[in-house]
Amino acid sequence: MAVLLIADVTNGQLSTDAVAKALTAVAGLGEVHVLVAGQGGDAAAAEAATLTGVAKVLFAGDHGFCHTLAEPVADLVVSLAGGYSHIAAPSTSDAKNVLPRVAALLDVMVISDVTAVIDAETFERPIYAGNAIQTVKSGDRVKVMTIRTAGFDAAAAGGSAPVEALDTAASGGLSTWVEDKSAKSDRPELTSAGIVVSGGRGVGSEADFELIKKLADKLGAAVGASRAAVDSGFAPNDWQVGQTGKVVAPELYIAIGISGAIQHLAGMKDSKVIVAINKDEEAPIFQVADYGLVADLFDAVPKLTDAL
Amino acid sequence: MKVLVPVKRVIDYNVKVRVKADGSGVDLANVKMSMNPFDEIAVEQAIRLKEAGKAEEIVAVSIGVKQNQETLRTALAMGADRAILIVAAEDVHNDIEPLAVAKLLKAVVDEEQPGLVLCGKQAIDNDMNATGQMLGALLGWSQATFASEVDIDGDSAVVTREVDGGLQTIKVTMPTVITVDLRLNEPRYASLPNIMKAKKKQLDEKTPADYGVDVTPRLTVQETAEPATRAAGVKVADVAELIAKLKDEAGVL
Repeated sequence: MAVLLIADVTNGQLSTDAVAKALTAVAGLGEVHVLVAGQGGDAAAAEAATLTGVAKVLFAGDHGFCHTLAEPVADLVVSLAGGYSHIAAPSTSDAKNVLPRVAALLDVMVISDVTAVIDAETFERPIYAGNAIQTVKSGDRVKVMTIRTAGFDAAAAGGSAPVEALDTAASGGLSTWVEDKSAKSDRPELTSAGIVVSGGRGVGSEADFELIKKLADKLGAAVGASRAAVDSGFAPNDWQVGQTGKVVAPELYIAIGISGAIQHLAGMKDSKVIVAINKDEEAPIFQVADYGLVADLFDAVPKLTDAL
Repeated sequence: MKVLVPVKRVIDYNVKVRVKADGSGVDLANVKMSMNPFDEIAVEQAIRLKEAGKAEEIVAVSIGVKQNQETLRTALAMGADRAILIVAAEDVHNDIEPLAVAKLLKAVVDEEQPGLVLCGKQAIDNDMNATGQMLGALLGWSQATFASEVDIDGDSAVVTREVDGGLQTIKVTMPTVITVDLRLNEPRYASLPNIMKAKKKQLDEKTPADYGVDVTPRLTVQETAEPATRAAGVKVADVAELIAKLKDEAGVL
């Protein structure tokens, strides 16, 4: 049977890393077709076609699919569902918005945040903010699932799959896009960055988050934050690393002034090397850190930035 | 306008979760249970709509075990007007799946005819993040998920959503399903007089059979395990040693 992988596309740009990792996760389940939806997605479709392991790219270029509005995109996916045993997507906010709607329209359960594919019907996923891992077996005829990509390697480029244009018109009338307010940044994207520097409640204020940003910029890193820091207003929500935010697995993760609540650990514990800087030597973050520095961050972080 | 707010009874977010040794699930016996934190935000938003004159009645619904009464009483004490409890399980360990919950909620919507359903974006137990979207699908309604700002104006609502990389604002036609994110509001605490008053508010008890909905799960849980633990590393004395270790030992700088 075949797999329909829904590509994450934002303003015509393919989230290559997320799609390539989700591709690795589902590659063993059958022939993979990638769906790219939205007017102006031609380049994204062409790029998806170069990922190794993609058999075909379906490109639905109607304007109504832009901004991945849930209702028309779910209807599109359902219209294609007939030929597939699995419908999957990387666990992005768009996929979390659309795929449960697809599943309900197909009268099947959605399987969210899959971290391991055991076989065609059996999957692992975290529950309770990563405090437990559940193995579930689906009895539904189509498996609709989102893939937590952090634990998978990205499929390489080098393929050349055909791109098939779909003339499906978007269903309309229920919702319209008004605007995007994206945080403009020259820093790498959080979920695909090689290095992530995160600040927690210990940073103390929005102004002092500059320390975190300076270190990140010196390292060419993305900036993250704990939920406590976001709730306190020190950092925007889209920087949040953790079960209710983003899940990251960079080569190097530097946690500064973060105590290490389990909800945060769920979002970063797959990082290759973890560094913790915290003045409380009992902080749980040290239990997962490869290198721990017990120090006042206001002293240690500028020193670290200067020394690099 | 009537507002329907589904609320789930989950393990309190401050309680440390323990996986049962036999791998059959998470231990919920004699553990403090509370309203799902995202659902509290949904209840608060409904109350604010009523206070702003945009909603007339707030109906809270909970699906699960008999003890979900307590969760509904909390919603009533916060300011919901009445409550519906659908007893779908006898054992607290039996989690009703989002698809079945959405089907039951659809039946309640058909009966109650609300103009708006406000839900939490996910429950902190199964972390599925699905019920609101599924309900929108079954009703054929619009949906606005992960809301951090909601402005309802007659036949439409403008909702700002927390998405990867920032915020997205969309306009949805009413009736609609909105799922709420953390920063939408800060839920109030119920005052003692309101807790007393809540005990007298109407709470109807139903079963899935009353609505003709089959709640048999589609996913079979084969095992629930502790997550793999990561071994603690070493403590370094100062910044210089940290840099040296990252360069020479870990090779990541």
